[in-house]
Amino acid sequence: MNSRLINWFKFSSPATFYPLAGRLVPWFGGAAAVLIAVGLYMSFFVAPTDYKQGEGYRIIFVHVPSAWMSMFIYVVMAVWSGLGLVFNTRLSAMMANALAPTGAMFTFVALWTGAFWGKPMWGAWWVWDARLTSELILLFLYIGFMALQGAIDDPRRADRAGAILALVGVVNIPIIYYSVTWWNTLHQGASVSVTKGSSMGVIMLVTMLIMAFGFWAYSIAVALARVRSVILERERDTTWVAELAEVRR
Amino acid sequence: MAEFFDMGGYALYVWGSFGMTALLMIVEPMLVRGRRRSILKRISRMVRIKTEVRNEGQT
Repeated sequence: MNSRLINWFKFSSPATFYPLAGRLVPWFGGAAAVLIAVGLYMSFFVAPTDYKQGEGYRIIFVHVPSAWMSMFIYVVMAVWSGLGLVFNTRLSAMMANALAPTGAMFTFVALWTGAFWGKPMWGAWWVWDARLTSELILLFLYIGFMALQGAIDDPRRADRAGAILALVGVVNIPIIYYSVTWWNTLHQGASVSVTKGSSMGVIMLVTMLIMAFGFWAYSIAVALARVRSVILERERDTTWVAELAEVRR
Repeated sequence: MAEFFDMGGYALYVWGSFGMTALLMIVEPMLVRGRRRSILKRISRMVRIKTEVRNEGQT
C-alpha cells in the first residue's frame, strides 16, 4: 500500500515540474481546441433560438464559462498561494503567478460580454449592481496581485505578499457567487445551480458545459506554458537550466 | 448567410462578445510564446558568455 503513495513534494521541485508541464501543455491545448470548436459549432448551429431573448442570448456561451473560470482560477490561485505559505514550496507561488493573467483575462471577458449582453436586454452597458460590482472587484484583485508581485524585487517576499493578498481576496468569491440571491439584483439568478439543477434547455446547457470545459482546458494549458517561463526566469542561474536542450542550441 | 450574421438584430452584441473573447484567447497564447522565446534567448546568451569567459581563463 505504502509503495503506491506518490511523493507529491517531488513535483514541487521546479526542475522536475518543468519537463512535466511541457509534456502536459499539448494535451490540454489540444483538448481545448477540440472542445471550443465543438462548443462554437453548437453555440451557433445546434442550440435553438431563445423564446424570450432571440439570438441575443447566445452570448451566454462565452459569458457564463468565462465568469466561471474567472472565479475558479482565483480559488485555484489562492490555494496555490496558501500551499506556498504553509509548505514554503517555491513552485506553488510560481503557479499562482502563472494563473493570475489568465484569471484577469477571463474576468475582463466576463465583464465585457456582460456589458454586450446588458445593453440590448437591460438598456445599459453597466449598472452598479451587486453581481457586476463584485466581479469588477475581482478584476482589481487580479490586477492588484500582479502589480504587488511586480513591485517587489525579492521574489520570496513578493510571493508572500501576493499570497496574503490572494487569500484575503477569496472572501470576494462567495460574494460574487451568492450576490444574485443575497441582493435584489438586475442580473438574473443562476441558470445552473448545485442545489436546484438547471433552468435551461438541455442542448443549451450541454453547449455551455462544453464551452466551460474548453475554457478550463485552455486555462490549464496556458498556465502550464506560462509557469515554464516563470521557472526559467527565476532559475536562470542554476545548472539544470543551463543544461536544458532548448538553452544549449 | 446574411441572416446568420445579423443574429436577429443582435449582431453587434453577439459578435462583439464572441469577437473580444476570441481575440483575447488568441493573443494570450501568443504573449506566452513571446515570453518563453525572450527568456530562452536571454539564458542562452548568459550560458554562452559564461563558457567564453571560462575558455579565456584556460588559455
